[in-house]
Amino acid sequence: MTSLMLPLRPLEFFLTQYRRGWRGSAVSSVVTPVVYLLALGVGLGVFVDRSTNLPQGVSYLEFVAPGLMAATAMQIASFEASWPVLGAIKWHRQYHAMLATPLRIRDVILGHQAYFVFRLALTATVYFVVITAFGAVNSPLGVLAIPVTVLVGLSFTAPIAAWAAHTDTEASFVAIFRFLILPMFLFSGTFFPISSLPRPLEIVAWFTPLWHGVTLCRDLTLGHVVPADLLHVAYLLAIVIGGLVVARVTYAKRLVL
Amino acid sequence: MTAHNGQPLIHARDLVKRFGDFVAVDGIGFDLQRGEAFGFLGPNGAGKTSTMRMIGCVSPVTDGTLTVLGLDPAKDGVAIRGRLGVVPQQDTLDMDLTVRENIVIYGRYFGLPRKQLAKRADELLEFVELTERANDRVEPLSGGMKRRLTIARSLVNDPEIMLLDEPTTGLDPQARHVVWDRLYRLKRQGVTLLLTTHYMDEAEQLCDRLVVMDRGKIVAEGSPRDLIERYSTREVVEMRFDDSNRPEDLTYWTDGLVSRVEPLPDRVLLYTDDGDAASHAIHERGLVPESVLVRRSTLEDVFLHLTGRSLIE
Repeated sequence: MTSLMLPLRPLEFFLTQYRRGWRGSAVSSVVTPVVYLLALGVGLGVFVDRSTNLPQGVSYLEFVAPGLMAATAMQIASFEASWPVLGAIKWHRQYHAMLATPLRIRDVILGHQAYFVFRLALTATVYFVVITAFGAVNSPLGVLAIPVTVLVGLSFTAPIAAWAAHTDTEASFVAIFRFLILPMFLFSGTFFPISSLPRPLEIVAWFTPLWHGVTLCRDLTLGHVVPADLLHVAYLLAIVIGGLVVARVTYAKRLVL
Repeated sequence: MTAHNGQPLIHARDLVKRFGDFVAVDGIGFDLQRGEAFGFLGPNGAGKTSTMRMIGCVSPVTDGTLTVLGLDPAKDGVAIRGRLGVVPQQDTLDMDLTVRENIVIYGRYFGLPRKQLAKRADELLEFVELTERANDRVEPLSGGMKRRLTIARSLVNDPEIMLLDEPTTGLDPQARHVVWDRLYRLKRQGVTLLLTTHYMDEAEQLCDRLVVMDRGKIVAEGSPRDLIERYSTREVVEMRFDDSNRPEDLTYWTDGLVSRVEPLPDRVLLYTDDGDAASHAIHERGLVPESVLVRRSTLEDVFLHLTGRSLIE
Protein backbone atom coordinates (compact mmCIF):
# COMPACT_ATOMS: atom_id res chain seq x y z
CA MET A 1 0.00 0.00 0.00
CA THR A 2 2.64 2.52 1.03
CA SER A 3 4.67 1.50 -1.98
CA LEU A 4 1.87 2.84 -4.20
CA MET A 5 2.21 6.21 -2.46
CA LEU A 6 5.94 6.54 -3.10
CA PRO A 7 5.53 8.60 -6.33
CA LEU A 8 3.93 11.31 -4.19
CA ARG A 9 7.37 12.06 -2.76
CA PRO A 10 9.02 13.11 -6.03
CA LEU A 11 5.77 14.90 -6.88
CA GLU A 12 6.28 17.00 -3.77
CA PHE A 13 9.70 18.00 -5.04
CA PHE A 14 8.41 19.06 -8.45
CA LEU A 15 5.57 21.02 -6.86
CA THR A 16 8.05 22.81 -4.61
CA GLN A 17 10.13 23.61 -7.65
CA TYR A 18 7.03 24.82 -9.51
CA ARG A 19 6.05 27.09 -6.65
CA ARG A 20 9.33 28.95 -6.99
CA GLY A 21 8.69 29.86 -10.61
CA TRP A 22 4.92 29.65 -10.98
CA ARG A 23 4.25 33.29 -11.78
CA GLY A 24 5.68 33.17 -15.28
CA SER A 25 3.79 30.07 -16.29
CA ALA A 26 0.58 31.29 -14.64
CA VAL A 27 0.62 34.53 -16.61
CA SER A 28 1.29 32.75 -19.88
CA SER A 29 -1.41 30.15 -19.24
CA VAL A 30 -3.97 32.98 -19.09
CA VAL A 31 -2.52 35.22 -21.77
CA THR A 32 -1.95 32.46 -24.35
CA PRO A 33 -5.59 31.37 -24.71
CA VAL A 34 -6.84 34.96 -24.73
CA VAL A 35 -4.45 35.95 -27.51
CA TYR A 36 -5.14 32.85 -29.61
CA LEU A 37 -8.90 33.16 -29.24
CA LEU A 38 -8.87 36.84 -30.11
CA ALA A 39 -6.72 36.32 -33.17
CA LEU A 40 -8.15 33.09 -34.51
CA GLY A 41 -11.59 32.67 -32.95
CA VAL A 42 -12.71 36.27 -33.18
CA GLY A 43 -10.45 37.84 -35.81
CA LEU A 44 -10.02 35.09 -38.38
CA GLY A 45 -13.36 33.57 -37.38
CA VAL A 46 -15.28 36.49 -38.87
CA PHE A 47 -13.91 35.69 -42.32
CA VAL A 48 -14.30 31.94 -41.96
CA ASP A 49 -17.91 32.21 -40.80
CA ARG A 50 -18.76 34.47 -43.76
CA SER A 51 -17.44 32.13 -46.39
CA THR A 52 -17.82 28.59 -45.04
CA ASN A 53 -20.23 26.39 -43.21
CA LEU A 54 -18.45 24.25 -40.68
CA PRO A 55 -19.88 20.81 -39.82
CA GLN A 56 -22.87 20.96 -37.48
CA GLY A 57 -23.25 24.67 -38.15
CA VAL A 58 -20.90 25.87 -35.43
CA SER A 59 -19.01 29.15 -35.49
CA TYR A 60 -15.28 29.11 -36.13
CA LEU A 61 -14.69 30.28 -32.56
CA GLU A 62 -16.58 27.26 -31.22
CA PHE A 63 -14.69 25.04 -33.63
CA VAL A 64 -11.18 26.28 -32.93
CA ALA A 65 -11.37 26.87 -29.15
CA PRO A 66 -11.43 23.21 -27.99
CA GLY A 67 -8.79 22.39 -30.61
CA LEU A 68 -6.49 25.07 -29.24
CA MET A 69 -7.04 23.76 -25.74
CA ALA A 70 -5.81 20.29 -26.71
CA ALA A 71 -2.98 21.66 -28.88
CA THR A 72 -1.71 23.90 -26.07
CA ALA A 73 -1.63 20.91 -23.73
CA MET A 74 0.48 19.11 -26.32
CA GLN A 75 2.99 21.94 -26.47
CA ILE A 76 3.31 22.36 -22.72
CA ALA A 77 3.55 18.61 -22.25
CA SER A 78 6.25 18.25 -24.89
CA PHE A 79 8.34 20.97 -23.37
CA GLU A 80 7.95 19.78 -19.77
CA ALA A 81 8.90 16.20 -20.61
CA SER A 82 11.97 16.96 -22.68
CA TRP A 83 14.49 19.44 -21.24
CA PRO A 84 13.46 19.02 -17.60
CA VAL A 85 13.70 15.20 -17.81
CA LEU A 86 17.12 15.25 -19.44
CA GLY A 87 18.14 17.92 -16.92
CA ALA A 88 17.06 15.78 -13.99
CA ILE A 89 19.38 13.09 -15.34
CA LYS A 90 22.26 15.04 -16.76
CA TRP A 91 22.50 18.66 -15.62
CA HIS A 92 20.73 19.10 -12.31
CA ARG A 93 20.71 15.40 -11.46
CA GLN A 94 17.64 15.51 -9.23
CA TYR A 95 16.72 11.97 -10.28
CA HIS A 96 20.03 10.72 -8.90
CA ALA A 97 19.25 12.33 -5.56
CA MET A 98 15.88 10.57 -5.49
CA LEU A 99 17.37 7.20 -6.36
CA ALA A 100 19.85 7.41 -3.48
CA THR A 101 16.82 7.24 -1.16
CA PRO A 102 14.16 4.52 -0.86
CA LEU A 103 12.57 5.74 -4.09
CA ARG A 104 12.68 3.42 -7.11
CA ILE A 105 12.81 4.08 -10.84
CA ARG A 106 9.06 3.62 -11.18
CA ASP A 107 8.44 6.13 -8.36
CA VAL A 108 10.64 8.67 -10.09
CA ILE A 109 8.83 8.17 -13.42
CA LEU A 110 5.34 8.23 -11.95
CA GLY A 111 6.17 11.10 -9.62
CA HIS A 112 7.34 13.23 -12.51
CA GLN A 113 4.31 12.26 -14.60
CA ALA A 114 2.08 13.11 -11.63
CA TYR A 115 3.59 16.56 -11.70
CA PHE A 116 2.75 16.80 -15.42
CA VAL A 117 -0.85 15.93 -14.52
CA PHE A 118 -0.89 18.81 -12.07
CA ARG A 119 0.68 21.22 -14.54
CA LEU A 120 -1.66 20.16 -17.36
CA ALA A 121 -4.77 20.23 -15.17
CA LEU A 122 -3.95 23.76 -14.11
CA THR A 123 -3.45 24.95 -17.67
CA ALA A 124 -6.50 23.07 -18.94
CA THR A 125 -8.70 24.59 -16.24
CA VAL A 126 -7.56 28.11 -17.04
CA TYR A 127 -8.03 27.44 -20.75
CA PHE A 128 -11.50 26.07 -20.15
CA VAL A 129 -12.51 29.12 -18.13
CA VAL A 130 -11.23 31.42 -20.89
CA ILE A 131 -13.01 29.62 -23.75
CA THR A 132 -16.18 29.51 -21.67
CA ALA A 133 -15.91 33.26 -21.17
CA PHE A 134 -15.55 33.63 -24.95
CA GLY A 135 -18.81 31.70 -25.31
CA ALA A 136 -17.19 28.77 -27.05
CA VAL A 137 -18.58 26.04 -24.78
CA ASN A 138 -22.08 24.84 -25.67
CA SER A 139 -22.59 21.93 -23.33
CA PRO A 140 -22.15 21.12 -19.64
CA LEU A 141 -20.27 18.04 -20.84
CA GLY A 142 -17.62 20.51 -21.97
CA VAL A 143 -16.10 20.46 -18.50
CA LEU A 144 -14.89 16.93 -19.29
CA ALA A 145 -12.57 18.56 -21.81
CA ILE A 146 -10.36 19.36 -18.81
CA PRO A 147 -9.48 15.73 -17.93
CA VAL A 148 -9.33 14.89 -21.63
CA THR A 149 -6.82 17.69 -22.16
CA VAL A 150 -4.73 16.25 -19.33
CA LEU A 151 -4.89 12.87 -21.07
CA VAL A 152 -3.79 14.46 -24.35
CA GLY A 153 -0.85 16.01 -22.51
CA LEU A 154 0.13 12.68 -20.97
CA SER A 155 0.08 11.03 -24.37
CA PHE A 156 3.01 13.36 -25.08
CA THR A 157 4.78 13.48 -21.70
CA ALA A 158 4.99 9.69 -21.35
CA PRO A 159 6.70 8.89 -24.68
CA ILE A 160 8.77 12.09 -24.73
CA ALA A 161 10.06 11.48 -21.19
CA ALA A 162 10.94 7.95 -22.30
CA TRP A 163 12.91 9.45 -25.18
CA ALA A 164 14.51 12.16 -23.03
CA ALA A 165 15.84 9.49 -20.67
CA HIS A 166 17.39 7.74 -23.64
CA THR A 167 18.93 10.62 -25.58
CA ASP A 168 22.31 12.10 -24.76
CA THR A 169 21.79 15.55 -26.18
CA GLU A 170 19.07 18.11 -26.36
CA ALA A 171 19.45 18.44 -30.14
CA SER A 172 16.79 15.81 -30.70
CA PHE A 173 14.26 17.90 -28.78
CA VAL A 174 14.54 20.68 -31.30
CA ALA A 175 13.94 18.11 -34.04
CA ILE A 176 10.92 16.72 -32.19
CA PHE A 177 9.42 20.19 -31.91
CA ARG A 178 10.14 21.09 -35.51
CA PHE A 179 9.20 17.86 -37.24
CA LEU A 180 6.54 16.35 -34.97
CA ILE A 181 4.96 18.90 -32.66
CA LEU A 182 4.69 21.82 -35.06
CA PRO A 183 3.17 19.79 -37.94
CA MET A 184 0.76 18.18 -35.49
CA PHE A 185 -0.22 21.59 -34.19
CA LEU A 186 -1.04 22.73 -37.71
CA PHE A 187 -2.45 19.60 -39.34
CA SER A 188 -4.25 17.57 -36.67
CA GLY A 189 -7.64 19.20 -36.95
CA THR A 190 -7.02 22.10 -34.59
CA PHE A 191 -7.62 24.82 -37.19
CA PHE A 192 -9.59 22.97 -39.90
CA PRO A 193 -11.13 19.51 -40.24
CA ILE A 194 -8.58 16.94 -41.39
CA SER A 195 -11.04 15.87 -44.09
CA SER A 196 -9.82 18.96 -45.99
CA LEU A 197 -6.32 17.43 -46.14
CA PRO A 198 -5.21 15.36 -49.14
CA ARG A 199 -6.18 11.76 -48.45
CA PRO A 200 -2.68 10.43 -47.57
CA LEU A 201 -2.12 13.24 -45.08
CA GLU A 202 -5.54 12.70 -43.60
CA ILE A 203 -4.60 9.07 -42.93
CA VAL A 204 -1.40 10.22 -41.24
CA ALA A 205 -3.41 12.62 -39.11
CA TRP A 206 -5.60 9.77 -37.84
CA PHE A 207 -2.61 8.36 -36.04
CA THR A 208 -1.57 11.56 -34.30
CA PRO A 209 -2.58 11.68 -30.65
CA LEU A 210 -3.45 15.33 -31.08
CA TRP A 211 -6.19 14.58 -33.64
CA HIS A 212 -7.84 12.17 -31.21
CA GLY A 213 -7.53 14.76 -28.47
CA VAL A 214 -8.87 17.64 -30.56
CA THR A 215 -11.81 15.53 -31.71
CA LEU A 216 -12.63 14.52 -28.15
CA CYS A 217 -12.42 18.06 -26.77
CA ARG A 218 -14.52 19.40 -29.61
CA ASP A 219 -17.22 16.74 -29.20
CA LEU A 220 -17.38 17.55 -25.51
CA THR A 221 -17.54 21.35 -25.70
CA LEU A 222 -20.03 21.23 -28.57
CA GLY A 223 -22.06 18.56 -26.79
CA HIS A 224 -21.94 16.12 -29.75
CA VAL A 225 -20.60 13.13 -27.86
CA VAL A 226 -20.63 9.90 -29.88
CA PRO A 227 -19.69 6.30 -28.95
CA ALA A 228 -16.57 6.53 -31.12
CA ASP A 229 -15.20 9.00 -28.59
CA LEU A 230 -14.43 6.07 -26.32
CA LEU A 231 -12.06 4.80 -29.00
CA HIS A 232 -10.25 8.13 -28.94
CA VAL A 233 -9.86 7.81 -25.18
CA ALA A 234 -8.61 4.25 -25.56
CA TYR A 235 -6.10 5.30 -28.24
CA LEU A 236 -4.69 8.04 -26.02
CA LEU A 237 -4.57 5.76 -22.98
CA ALA A 238 -2.70 3.16 -25.01
CA ILE A 239 -0.05 5.73 -25.93
CA VAL A 240 0.30 6.82 -22.30
CA ILE A 241 0.70 3.23 -21.08
CA GLY A 242 3.05 2.35 -23.93
CA GLY A 243 5.12 5.46 -23.16
CA LEU A 244 5.36 4.56 -19.49
CA VAL A 245 6.45 1.01 -20.27
CA VAL A 246 9.20 2.27 -22.55
CA ALA A 247 10.16 4.91 -19.98
CA ARG A 248 10.61 2.17 -17.38
CA VAL A 249 13.24 0.67 -19.68
CA THR A 250 15.01 3.85 -20.79
CA TYR A 251 15.11 5.34 -17.28
CA ALA A 252 16.53 2.15 -15.82
CA LYS A 253 19.13 1.88 -18.57
CA ARG A 254 20.25 5.43 -17.96
CA LEU A 255 20.10 5.65 -14.19
CA VAL A 256 20.86 2.15 -12.88
CA LEU A 257 24.20 1.25 -14.39
CA MET B 1 16.92 -8.65 9.43
CA THR B 2 19.59 -6.29 10.71
CA ALA B 3 23.26 -6.74 11.30
CA HIS B 4 23.95 -8.07 14.78
CA ASN B 5 26.86 -7.21 16.98
CA GLY B 6 30.09 -8.39 15.48
CA GLN B 7 28.52 -8.98 12.09
CA PRO B 8 29.95 -6.51 9.58
CA LEU B 9 27.67 -3.71 8.29
CA ILE B 10 28.98 -4.35 4.81
CA HIS B 11 30.39 -7.65 3.65
CA ALA B 12 31.89 -8.14 0.21
CA ARG B 13 33.60 -11.21 -1.28
CA ASP B 14 34.83 -11.63 -4.85
CA LEU B 15 32.73 -8.63 -5.79
CA VAL B 16 32.75 -7.89 -9.52
CA LYS B 17 31.29 -5.08 -11.62
CA ARG B 18 31.51 -5.28 -15.39
CA PHE B 19 30.29 -2.81 -18.01
CA GLY B 20 30.24 -4.88 -21.18
CA ASP B 21 33.83 -6.06 -21.59
CA PHE B 22 35.24 -3.52 -19.18
CA VAL B 23 35.91 -4.84 -15.68
CA ALA B 24 35.50 -1.91 -13.28
CA VAL B 25 35.67 -3.92 -10.06
CA ASP B 26 37.63 -7.14 -10.26
CA GLY B 27 36.89 -9.50 -7.39
CA ILE B 28 37.34 -7.38 -4.28
CA GLY B 29 36.56 -8.40 -0.69
CA PHE B 30 36.28 -6.34 2.49
CA ASP B 31 34.23 -5.99 5.67
CA LEU B 32 33.03 -2.76 7.24
CA GLN B 33 32.48 -2.78 11.00
CA ARG B 34 30.08 -0.53 12.88
CA GLY B 35 31.61 2.76 14.01
CA GLU B 36 34.54 2.48 11.65
CA ALA B 37 35.81 5.01 9.13
CA PHE B 38 36.85 2.95 6.14
CA GLY B 39 38.37 4.27 2.96
CA PHE B 40 38.97 3.27 -0.62
CA LEU B 41 42.13 4.99 -1.79
CA GLY B 42 43.04 4.89 -5.44
CA PRO B 43 43.40 6.96 -8.59
CA ASN B 44 40.51 7.83 -10.91
CA GLY B 45 39.26 4.72 -12.65
CA ALA B 46 40.35 2.35 -9.88
CA GLY B 47 36.77 1.13 -9.40
CA LYS B 48 35.99 3.09 -6.24
CA THR B 49 32.83 4.78 -7.48
CA SER B 50 31.50 1.57 -9.03
CA THR B 51 31.95 -0.13 -5.66
CA MET B 52 30.16 2.71 -3.88
CA ARG B 53 27.26 2.56 -6.34
CA MET B 54 26.83 -1.16 -5.78
CA ILE B 55 26.79 -0.61 -2.02
CA GLY B 56 24.33 2.26 -2.49
CA CYS B 57 22.03 -0.16 -4.38
CA VAL B 58 21.93 1.98 -7.54
CA SER B 59 24.10 -0.37 -9.55
CA PRO B 60 23.49 -4.11 -9.74
CA VAL B 61 26.28 -6.48 -8.68
CA THR B 62 27.68 -8.39 -11.66
CA ASP B 63 29.15 -11.22 -9.64
CA GLY B 64 30.24 -12.20 -6.15
CA THR B 65 28.73 -11.57 -2.73
CA LEU B 66 27.63 -8.26 -1.26
CA THR B 67 25.50 -7.73 1.82
CA VAL B 68 24.74 -4.31 3.24
CA LEU B 69 23.30 -4.09 6.78
CA GLY B 70 22.79 -7.84 6.51
CA LEU B 71 20.53 -7.40 3.47
CA ASP B 72 20.84 -8.23 -0.21
CA PRO B 73 21.07 -5.11 -2.46
CA ALA B 74 19.40 -6.99 -5.33
CA LYS B 75 16.25 -7.65 -3.30
CA ASP B 76 16.21 -5.15 -0.46
CA GLY B 77 17.43 -1.98 -2.19
CA VAL B 78 14.58 0.10 -0.82
CA ALA B 79 15.16 -0.99 2.78
CA ILE B 80 18.93 -0.57 2.52
CA ARG B 81 18.80 2.87 0.90
CA GLY B 82 16.48 4.02 3.66
CA ARG B 83 19.30 3.44 6.15
CA LEU B 84 22.20 4.92 4.14
CA GLY B 85 23.35 8.50 3.78
CA VAL B 86 24.85 9.14 0.37
CA VAL B 87 27.20 11.99 -0.55
CA PRO B 88 27.75 11.52 -4.28
CA GLN B 89 30.82 12.69 -6.14
CA GLN B 90 28.80 15.19 -8.17
CA ASP B 91 26.36 17.35 -6.24
CA THR B 92 22.70 16.54 -6.82
CA LEU B 93 21.32 19.56 -5.02
CA ASP B 94 18.46 21.47 -6.56
CA MET B 95 19.85 24.88 -7.46
CA ASP B 96 16.51 26.69 -7.54
CA LEU B 97 15.35 25.61 -4.11
CA THR B 98 16.62 27.12 -0.90
CA VAL B 99 19.23 25.49 1.28
CA ARG B 100 16.55 24.51 3.74
CA GLU B 101 14.10 23.22 1.14
CA ASN B 102 16.81 20.93 -0.22
CA ILE B 103 17.07 19.22 3.16
CA VAL B 104 13.33 19.05 3.78
CA ILE B 105 12.48 17.67 0.33
CA TYR B 106 15.23 15.10 0.59
CA GLY B 107 13.84 14.05 3.96
CA ARG B 108 10.44 13.67 2.32
CA TYR B 109 11.97 11.14 -0.09
CA PHE B 110 12.52 9.01 3.01
CA GLY B 111 8.92 9.56 4.04
CA LEU B 112 9.82 11.59 7.13
CA PRO B 113 7.04 13.87 8.39
CA ARG B 114 7.38 17.59 7.65
CA LYS B 115 7.14 18.59 11.29
CA GLN B 116 10.05 16.37 12.25
CA LEU B 117 12.01 17.60 9.23
CA ALA B 118 11.63 21.25 10.22
CA LYS B 119 13.48 20.52 13.44
CA ARG B 120 15.97 18.18 11.82
CA ALA B 121 16.82 20.75 9.13
CA ASP B 122 17.63 23.34 11.81
CA GLU B 123 19.97 20.95 13.60
CA LEU B 124 21.70 19.88 10.41
CA LEU B 125 22.15 23.43 9.14
CA GLU B 126 23.64 24.32 12.48
CA PHE B 127 26.00 21.34 12.24
CA VAL B 128 27.33 22.36 8.83
CA GLU B 129 27.27 26.08 9.70
CA LEU B 130 24.76 27.08 7.06
CA THR B 131 22.05 28.42 9.37
CA GLU B 132 22.49 31.94 8.04
CA ARG B 133 22.03 30.77 4.46
CA ALA B 134 18.97 28.62 5.24
CA ASN B 135 16.59 30.64 3.11
CA ASP B 136 18.97 31.46 0.26
CA ARG B 137 18.90 29.69 -3.06
CA VAL B 138 21.59 27.06 -3.45
CA GLU B 139 22.99 28.22 -6.75
CA PRO B 140 25.17 31.13 -5.59
CA LEU B 141 26.71 29.15 -2.71
CA SER B 142 30.41 28.31 -2.88
CA GLY B 143 31.57 24.79 -3.70
CA GLY B 144 32.46 24.14 -0.07
CA MET B 145 29.05 25.27 1.15
CA LYS B 146 27.29 23.07 -1.40
CA ARG B 147 29.35 20.11 -0.25
CA ARG B 148 28.46 20.84 3.36
CA LEU B 149 24.81 21.06 2.40
CA THR B 150 25.06 17.71 0.60
CA ILE B 151 26.56 16.23 3.77
CA ALA B 152 23.80 17.75 5.92
CA ARG B 153 21.19 16.44 3.51
CA SER B 154 22.63 12.93 3.58
CA LEU B 155 22.26 12.90 7.39
CA VAL B 156 18.56 13.71 7.31
CA ASN B 157 17.46 10.10 7.82
CA ASP B 158 19.99 9.49 10.61
CA PRO B 159 21.85 6.94 8.48
CA GLU B 160 23.65 3.90 9.85
CA ILE B 161 26.33 4.17 7.20
CA MET B 162 27.48 7.27 5.34
CA LEU B 163 28.79 6.72 1.83
CA LEU B 164 31.06 9.56 0.76
CA ASP B 165 32.35 9.45 -2.80
CA GLU B 166 35.30 11.82 -3.16
CA PRO B 167 33.89 14.17 -0.53
CA THR B 168 36.35 17.01 -1.06
CA THR B 169 37.35 16.68 -4.71
CA GLY B 170 37.25 20.09 -6.37
CA LEU B 171 37.31 22.10 -3.14
CA ASP B 172 39.98 24.60 -2.19
CA PRO B 173 42.23 23.62 0.75
CA GLN B 174 40.39 25.72 3.32
CA ALA B 175 36.99 24.35 2.34
CA ARG B 176 38.41 20.83 2.46
CA HIS B 177 39.53 21.30 6.03
CA VAL B 178 36.07 22.49 7.04
CA VAL B 179 34.53 19.38 5.46
CA TRP B 180 37.10 17.13 7.11
CA ASP B 181 36.35 18.73 10.45
CA ARG B 182 32.62 17.95 10.10
CA LEU B 183 33.31 14.38 9.01
CA TYR B 184 35.71 13.95 11.90
CA ARG B 185 32.98 15.06 14.31
CA LEU B 186 30.57 12.57 12.80
CA LYS B 187 33.15 9.87 13.21
CA ARG B 188 33.57 10.79 16.85
CA GLN B 189 29.81 10.58 17.31
CA GLY B 190 30.09 6.98 16.16
CA VAL B 191 28.72 7.35 12.64
CA THR B 192 30.11 4.66 10.34
CA LEU B 193 31.86 6.27 7.38
CA LEU B 194 32.76 4.69 4.07
CA LEU B 195 34.62 7.00 1.75
CA THR B 196 36.53 6.98 -1.47
CA THR B 197 39.32 9.39 -2.17
CA HIS B 198 42.34 9.92 -4.31
CA TYR B 199 43.82 12.30 -1.75
CA MET B 200 46.21 10.52 0.54
CA ASP B 201 45.97 13.26 3.14
CA GLU B 202 42.20 12.80 3.25
CA ALA B 203 42.61 9.07 3.76
CA GLU B 204 45.20 9.68 6.49
CA GLN B 205 43.05 12.24 8.27
CA LEU B 206 39.79 10.34 8.29
CA CYS B 207 40.26 6.62 7.85
CA ASP B 208 40.82 4.10 10.63
CA ARG B 209 41.36 1.49 7.99
CA LEU B 210 41.62 1.60 4.26
CA VAL B 211 42.15 -0.44 1.17
CA VAL B 212 44.31 0.70 -1.71
CA MET B 213 42.59 0.08 -5.03
CA ASP B 214 44.16 -0.05 -8.44
CA ARG B 215 42.55 -1.16 -11.70
CA GLY B 216 39.57 -2.76 -10.01
CA LYS B 217 41.60 -4.73 -7.47
CA ILE B 218 42.51 -4.25 -3.84
CA VAL B 219 46.29 -4.16 -3.64
CA ALA B 220 46.71 -3.57 0.10
CA GLU B 221 44.69 -3.20 3.26
CA GLY B 222 45.37 -1.79 6.71
CA SER B 223 45.44 1.35 8.80
CA PRO B 224 47.29 4.30 7.24
CA ARG B 225 50.14 3.75 9.70
CA ASP B 226 50.30 -0.01 8.99
CA LEU B 227 50.43 0.56 5.29
CA ILE B 228 53.21 3.10 5.54
CA GLU B 229 55.22 0.83 7.82
CA ARG B 230 54.67 -2.16 5.59
CA TYR B 231 55.18 -0.62 2.17
CA SER B 232 57.40 2.38 2.78
CA THR B 233 60.16 3.70 5.00
CA ARG B 234 59.76 6.24 7.74
CA GLU B 235 61.14 9.10 5.69
CA VAL B 236 61.60 10.10 2.09
CA VAL B 237 64.28 12.29 0.53
CA GLU B 238 63.07 14.16 -2.54
CA MET B 239 65.86 15.34 -4.79
CA ARG B 240 65.44 17.63 -7.76
CA PHE B 241 68.06 18.17 -10.42
CA ASP B 242 68.70 20.49 -13.32
CA ASP B 243 67.92 18.64 -16.50
CA SER B 244 71.61 18.87 -17.46
CA ASN B 245 73.14 17.27 -14.36
CA ARG B 246 70.54 14.66 -13.44
CA PRO B 247 72.38 11.33 -13.21
CA GLU B 248 70.91 8.39 -15.16
CA ASP B 249 71.60 6.01 -12.30
CA LEU B 250 72.03 7.01 -8.67
CA THR B 251 73.30 3.65 -7.43
CA TYR B 252 76.87 4.91 -7.03
CA TRP B 253 75.79 7.67 -4.62
CA THR B 254 72.94 5.95 -2.81
CA ASP B 255 74.19 2.37 -2.49
CA GLY B 256 73.88 1.16 1.10
CA LEU B 257 72.31 4.43 2.25
CA VAL B 258 68.67 4.05 1.19
CA SER B 259 66.38 1.06 0.85
CA ARG B 260 64.77 2.07 -2.42
CA VAL B 261 65.10 4.67 -5.20
CA GLU B 262 62.07 5.83 -7.13
CA PRO B 263 62.87 8.01 -10.14
CA LEU B 264 59.97 10.27 -11.17
CA PRO B 265 59.89 12.63 -14.17
CA ASP B 266 60.50 15.77 -12.10
CA ARG B 267 62.37 14.36 -9.09
CA VAL B 268 63.92 11.31 -7.48
CA LEU B 269 62.53 9.79 -4.29
CA LEU B 270 64.89 8.03 -1.90
CA TYR B 271 63.33 5.82 0.76
CA THR B 272 65.13 5.63 4.08
CA ASP B 273 64.37 5.67 7.80
CA ASP B 274 66.67 8.62 8.43
CA GLY B 275 66.39 11.16 5.66
CA ASP B 276 68.79 13.76 7.02
CA ALA B 277 71.58 11.23 7.56
CA ALA B 278 71.08 9.72 4.10
CA SER B 279 71.03 13.05 2.28
CA HIS B 280 74.10 14.18 4.20
CA ALA B 281 76.01 11.01 3.31
CA ILE B 282 74.99 11.27 -0.34
CA HIS B 283 76.22 14.87 -0.38
CA GLU B 284 79.55 13.67 1.07
CA ARG B 285 79.88 11.26 -1.84
CA GLY B 286 79.75 14.28 -4.12
CA LEU B 287 76.20 14.35 -5.50
CA VAL B 288 74.79 17.89 -5.47
CA PRO B 289 71.10 18.16 -6.43
CA GLU B 290 69.40 21.46 -7.13
CA SER B 291 67.18 20.96 -4.09
CA VAL B 292 66.64 18.42 -1.33
CA LEU B 293 63.53 17.88 0.76
CA VAL B 294 63.25 15.40 3.62
CA ARG B 295 59.70 14.44 4.58
CA ARG B 296 57.77 11.65 6.24
CA SER B 297 56.35 8.84 4.15
CA THR B 298 52.71 9.17 3.13
CA LEU B 299 50.11 6.92 1.56
CA GLU B 300 51.18 8.43 -1.76
CA ASP B 301 54.49 6.60 -1.31
CA VAL B 302 52.62 3.41 -0.44
CA PHE B 303 50.61 3.72 -3.62
CA LEU B 304 53.66 4.48 -5.70
CA HIS B 305 55.43 1.46 -4.29
CA LEU B 306 52.47 -0.86 -4.86
CA THR B 307 51.55 0.25 -8.35
CA GLY B 308 54.52 2.16 -9.72
CA ARG B 309 52.22 5.10 -10.38
CA SER B 310 51.08 8.27 -8.65
CA LEU B 311 47.60 8.70 -7.22
CA ILE B 312 46.99 11.93 -9.08
CA GLU B 313 48.13 11.78 -12.66
